[in-house]
Amino acid sequence: MSILADKHTRLVVQGITGREGLFHTEQMLNYGTQVVAGTRPGKGGEWVLDDKVPVFDSVKVAVEATGANTSIIFVPAKGAKDAMLEAADSGVEFVVCLTEHIPVQDMMVVRAYYDQKGVRLLGPNCPGLLTPGEAKVGIIPGDIAIPGDVGVVSRSGTLTYEVLFALKLHGMGSSTCVGIGGDPINGTNFIDCLRMFEEDPQTDRVVLIGEIGGTDEEKAAEFISREMTKRVVGFIAGKTAPPGKRMGHAGAIVEGGEGTAAEKVKALEKAGVRVADHPEQIPDLLAD
Amino acid sequence: MKLHEYQSKQIFAQYGVPVPKGRVASTPAEAREIANELGGRVVVKSQVLVGGRGKAGGIKLAKDAEEAEKLAGEILTMSIKGLPVRKVLVDPAADIQTEIYLGITNDRAARRPVLMGSAAGGVDIEEVAANTPEKIIKVHIDPLLGLQDYQILDLALGIELPKEQWTEFNAVCQGLWRAYKENDATLAEVNPLIIQGDGHLAAIDGKMILDDNALYRHPELAEKRDLDVEAESETEANKFGLTYIKLDGEIGCMVNGAGLAMATMDIIKHFGGEPANFLDIGGGATAEKVAAAIRIILKDPNVKAVLFNIFGGITRGDVVAQGILAALEEVKPSVPLVVRLAGTNAEEGRAMLAGADMLTAETLAEAAQKAVAAATGELKK
Repeated sequence: MSILADKHTRLVVQGITGREGLFHTEQMLNYGTQVVAGTRPGKGGEWVLDDKVPVFDSVKVAVEATGANTSIIFVPAKGAKDAMLEAADSGVEFVVCLTEHIPVQDMMVVRAYYDQKGVRLLGPNCPGLLTPGEAKVGIIPGDIAIPGDVGVVSRSGTLTYEVLFALKLHGMGSSTCVGIGGDPINGTNFIDCLRMFEEDPQTDRVVLIGEIGGTDEEKAAEFISREMTKRVVGFIAGKTAPPGKRMGHAGAIVEGGEGTAAEKVKALEKAGVRVADHPEQIPDLLAD
Repeated sequence: MKLHEYQSKQIFAQYGVPVPKGRVASTPAEAREIANELGGRVVVKSQVLVGGRGKAGGIKLAKDAEEAEKLAGEILTMSIKGLPVRKVLVDPAADIQTEIYLGITNDRAARRPVLMGSAAGGVDIEEVAANTPEKIIKVHIDPLLGLQDYQILDLALGIELPKEQWTEFNAVCQGLWRAYKENDATLAEVNPLIIQGDGHLAAIDGKMILDDNALYRHPELAEKRDLDVEAESETEANKFGLTYIKLDGEIGCMVNGAGLAMATMDIIKHFGGEPANFLDIGGGATAEKVAAAIRIILKDPNVKAVLFNIFGGITRGDVVAQGILAALEEVKPSVPLVVRLAGTNAEEGRAMLAGADMLTAETLAEAAQKAVAAATGELKK
């Protein structure tokens, strides 16, 4: 078991003919993910990657032809809103958007529409997710994680890889690793993932990697103290970040005194979460 | 991207929000000319992108054109919180009966825009929010539906606005909403919106912040960027696709990924150092990017050591090492460098760097400790 993606995932790649889309589709195929279709308006009927993946003009047509149930979006920011809305209307259950730099008002519209439709969104501005040994839906390098019982949920990209790799070096594997993205308005959040990990029989322990900005970690802490029975270990990036400055991620900013690392660490510790001082401590905190 | 008061008010005016008839001046003579045209008393307002202009002496009332010229001359030579005053706005003096706060911003937790109003206008709204939050009335706007008239009525009732002003207030709110939406603002604020002696409303101060990610839709607004508010090094970094933020410490760092960059700063502090900057080199650490990053980090004279922390995912460690070697050839840094490569092909990368004039580390903790020691001169290659 795992959450959100497994060997039954049938993936359609939006923007498959672009440089990033094509490169990462090949990586996902090599990992064993069932990539059943790609889309690019005007290129319907073509095939890519040595005729392994058929290309369709729209997601709806791709879903009808292949039974795809999950979509991943590699479309530049200018077209990402339309791509996400198209996916929500196509019949897939789950949409992963990797695109960075999407205007925040676009995301407010997209998120409101997804809530109406009842479709799940992951991202944007995220590395996607990885269920080691089963499926990779995104760009998390497959070889840095092994199958196991640790659920990982994170707002970051390479920081997550760092943690997965540290776990692997300690012989610890992951059930699923989910990157929820660094934007202020996104789809799936910490609580959604914590709830799924709590219910997932393969997951015994969870790592939550947060950062400055917003109050999602504080809300996650409330959820943990109220509903989680499994052990959660945390890490918060940005203790040394100055207020009022956006630290790379659009959502990583301390504004009006809200969103500091200190507040988040305090909230998590109050909920019984052990919070690591630095990423390499995480395996030790999980073990003892 | 922040807009100046005069720019924000120009935009508001396009959407029917009533603003004073003033204009902007770059010289005392221009200020005099504008004051002459307006006639009567005027207010001379410094145009800088910081709060607290009034307290700093950057907003002055003049009784006539001659005094406006003199005050403009004084204000145009000022710096406010480190920013030089390059322009002043000359507005007719307002006849203020009542001051109201009005603003639209993104409510991150609610995932939608929020229209806020308060009868406690004219003062710092963050202070009101902190001390008397009940004085701020909030109306959330459905992004799919837009701002509805009944919501504006709710707000008018909440701030106890006299009903004589309701019609105009509706036009101001709808205008502000359109200005916010159509220009991809993250903040559109009128503080204060005043009720004048004649009963009409006027937006006598305005502020807009635009979403940098949406500027491609507004090229005419993107040109208005005020480079005074950005450190030169940050502008330079942007050109190379790097995100750089200068801090006050002595250990420079170069990292791939924003979250990892923050974690690297934090671990430097954890082991007793202070980070000199945040720098996210993004994906694909090419020689050109690495060289630009090193140059930018070393422009800061406080930097005593530099820590490279690169996690090879899709980017392979050996390719990163090549980039670092090529960049070192070009830049020849004079401070100790500590490099830590991890992830895909990290061992190959480390082997390539073994001959270079730099300290290497396997773990992040080791790298941070070495960087702290190198910065104090305790550790040398």
